[in-house]
Amino acid sequence: MSELIRKNASELVELLKSGQVSSVELTKAHLDRSAAVDQDVHSYLYQNPETALAAAADIDRRRAAGEQLHELAGLPIAVKDNLTTTDAPTTSGSKILEGWIPPYDSTVVKKIRAAGLPILGKTNLDEFAMGSSTEFSAFGPSRNPWDLTRIPGGSGGGSSSVVASFQAPVAIGSDTGGSIRFPASVTGTVGNKPTYGAVSRYGLIALASSLDQVGPVSRNVLDSALIQDLIAGHDPHDSTSLPESLGSMADAARKLDVKGMRIGVIKELMGEGFQPGVMNRFKESINLLQQAGAEIVEVSCPNFEYAIAAYYLILPAEASSNLAKFDSVRFGLRVAPEGNPTIERVMAATREAGFGPEVKRRIILGTYALSSGSYEHFYGAALKVRTLIQRDFAAAFEKADVLISPTAPTTAFKIGEKLEDPLAMYLNDIATIPANLAGIPGMSIPNGLADEDGLPTGIQLLAPARADARLYQVGAALEKMHEDIWGKRMIDFAPELEVRS
Amino acid sequence: MAKDELMNYEKALEMFEVVIGLEVHVELNTKTKMFCGCRNEFGDEPNTNVCPICIALPGALPAVNRTAVESSISIGLALGCEIAPNGRFARKNYFYPDLAKNFQTSQYDEPIAFEGELTVELPSGSVHTVQIERAHMEEDAGKLTHIGGSTGRIQGAEYSLVDYNRAGVPLVEIVTKPVYGAGAEAPELAAAYVRSVREIVKGLGVSDAKMERGNVRCDANVSLRPHGQEKLGTRTETKNVNSLRSIERAVRYEIQRQAALLAKGTAIIQETRHWHEDKGATSAGRPKSDADDYRYFPEPDLVPVQPSKELIESLRAKLPEKPADRRKRVQAEWGFADLEFRDVVNADLLDQIEETVKAGAKPQAARKWWTGELARIANSENMDVTELEISGAHVAELAQLVDAGKLNDRLAREVLTYVLAGEGSPAEIVAARGLEVVSDDGALIAAIDAALAKQPDVLDAIREGRMQAAGAVIGAVMQAMKGSADAGRVRELLIQKANA
Repeated sequence: MSELIRKNASELVELLKSGQVSSVELTKAHLDRSAAVDQDVHSYLYQNPETALAAAADIDRRRAAGEQLHELAGLPIAVKDNLTTTDAPTTSGSKILEGWIPPYDSTVVKKIRAAGLPILGKTNLDEFAMGSSTEFSAFGPSRNPWDLTRIPGGSGGGSSSVVASFQAPVAIGSDTGGSIRFPASVTGTVGNKPTYGAVSRYGLIALASSLDQVGPVSRNVLDSALIQDLIAGHDPHDSTSLPESLGSMADAARKLDVKGMRIGVIKELMGEGFQPGVMNRFKESINLLQQAGAEIVEVSCPNFEYAIAAYYLILPAEASSNLAKFDSVRFGLRVAPEGNPTIERVMAATREAGFGPEVKRRIILGTYALSSGSYEHFYGAALKVRTLIQRDFAAAFEKADVLISPTAPTTAFKIGEKLEDPLAMYLNDIATIPANLAGIPGMSIPNGLADEDGLPTGIQLLAPARADARLYQVGAALEKMHEDIWGKRMIDFAPELEVRS
Repeated sequence: MAKDELMNYEKALEMFEVVIGLEVHVELNTKTKMFCGCRNEFGDEPNTNVCPICIALPGALPAVNRTAVESSISIGLALGCEIAPNGRFARKNYFYPDLAKNFQTSQYDEPIAFEGELTVELPSGSVHTVQIERAHMEEDAGKLTHIGGSTGRIQGAEYSLVDYNRAGVPLVEIVTKPVYGAGAEAPELAAAYVRSVREIVKGLGVSDAKMERGNVRCDANVSLRPHGQEKLGTRTETKNVNSLRSIERAVRYEIQRQAALLAKGTAIIQETRHWHEDKGATSAGRPKSDADDYRYFPEPDLVPVQPSKELIESLRAKLPEKPADRRKRVQAEWGFADLEFRDVVNADLLDQIEETVKAGAKPQAARKWWTGELARIANSENMDVTELEISGAHVAELAQLVDAGKLNDRLAREVLTYVLAGEGSPAEIVAARGLEVVSDDGALIAAIDAALAKQPDVLDAIREGRMQAAGAVIGAVMQAMKGSADAGRVRELLIQKANA
């Protein structure tokens, strides 16, 4: 394996700037890596080496001409396949969109292109980001580079596995209930779900509009900070995007200092249901933070126990409406029904054939939750829980600057293990969902390997809305402590993948 | 279409109390659509004013048109409404191919304006105050054209064409509370109310307010109940009635139809009905129940509209004169008698006459043209006089040509038909067609002499004071000149000749 592709993005950027490596070389190295490993890992749904190399060559030419370039120019990146791209199909992991090439770029992709980052490809996801394992992708699951029989997390298992298998230095994900953080946790990578509204959702194929947020995926905290700084900012095309800047995440990630910070441990997110190896590593990190001068406090969020129930009403409700547009009329799949092809019958046949089981499950749930007679009991009640969870956070942030918990109760499970048990699958997100319900930022960073299975665990950091910088500050500091103890990055413990062809 | 049994109108009113409710959709004339930057333009090539947002491509998001919000607030204020400090949008979910998202972004429990009233004067002179429940913002749907099938409806069509140019055009829907107590005048009140709303939105400049283009559309709810009964009867909703006259006719029809059914003990079906102007009747649409489940929920892609007090007050300060005040003012300015003025109002001709007067016509001349010849033409074409393709400036020019003696009445009427046919302004038509009155005395004297040659006794008769004898000669001259003579001048010349 080329040593180049193992490097952190922050180092690669320096090599590009100093001319020690060209963007074409770097992009080529990553494309070669994909050719060698992606038939096993299956991170990508689509790659076009030509367009990636053309973008890289363009940056090399402009650099040679002495143009002032963005600091990340030339750094290749992978993009989750639920963000629209004009030069690549955008499927959101669904048959109903197979082959659809959008006529417009999402705002995030526009920013990526404007800064001159070659796009290596579109990464796999559970269909419409509904799932925790990528097993619900209509195009087959991605696999965990640590153990190819295991899931890489979901929905963003394509983006987590793509950086964990060194096919890309950084990637873009989206997180509705943990789709950036859970995959990061089980693949030994970093991912941040920014404050709701920090990054434009324009061109993100919506799952649940009030919960969705786009964010970075990488192998270390500083790299995620660099990407968040690139993609964040107000967008007039997204009414829910924040008007103000949240400051530089990269600056925060470079502080490496937690002295005097109050770090709250969420009582309800530990203990029962959490794998011992996950808890052991978590407790060690609490000690590390304390030794580094942080003040550890315990906080209680009593309403978190209702979070999954509320989430699985709000999300399907919004999704049932967001997915109504997939009706065969203007784009995507169109299936002729048996018999007379009336509009209703064409719509029904297309949706029947085009949507997978989890999508149908949630559309039915959401339609029911919004129906008159059920609205108050289900959707209305869920909104009340959402408010209570926001209050839990508000109270907790009175006592603490940053909250911590394990990102997920377990390490990566086996492919197929929870496929027939939706409730077990939903429970993976128990720790990550509250942040989406409250709109606050949440980060997962590697937290050592579990004793019992040697697989990566993750620690989740949470901060008040707009205080993403605190996550980068604490995350990078803790990451440094881990590297000092373990002697190398967590990702460097991952086994070598077999190289094909 | 099955023929409905109708009860005699007077008898229906003896038996039942009429309750109406009106929903008026006003299409705003903003430059761009409600939630995207596409042009809001009537009549463009189909599917040219579209973008990822208004055809609901995956990933696209709405952003609220600020001007549309301000227009909506202005409408609310002009209707005396409260303005919501926190107006939320909601999604109304239903599958229909003219609705790209398969939900309509509308407002549900938090409309931008609520609790207003509008005072309406009827042709009889009676005055009613209509209570406004709410005015809310929403987006229009695309336009469907169903091809094949006999009804022009989606059922039975071979295929349907969709034009999304109209999808996302901003609408304000104004909903009244139930209106009681209009009695036999309920149809007139319905039309007068819509007329007032039109005047308001036109005066505000927020809508082109052309009913024939669907800028203002009315759904009329009608129900009957026995006098003295408190519980409201079952209502029908007659959709998209596209002229003031149709509103009046449709409400009257529904009263007579429902009365006939109720008198027989047949229950009214709660349904939408379609008005057929040609047949003068309504027909059943789709059943409608209060339990229609649109699964409304707050639109998560939009933040609530929170107009500041300053904005509301600045819009309030810019409100134009109220319709009732305007009427008082123009009646005084024009010097119309009450009856004359009422005719003008009832014919919905205030704007036209104001425009005509502004263009230089005398008020009485403007009134006579609009309520006379133009109204007659419209009536014979089965149109509303306001729908005629003629501007106030043209009418003023015509009146001025008559005043200057260049056209007589007959010629002016002829010129008018050419204006309506789109041939140009009256002056242009007069020039192009050579229609000017013959004012050359020589030609007239020659024609008079020719007529007198056949009726030599006439001059003596005139000298003896029997003026009616002149008529035969004047008629003959007019006939000889094919109408292009000024009859007054012919008469003068004839008298001069007799007295010479």
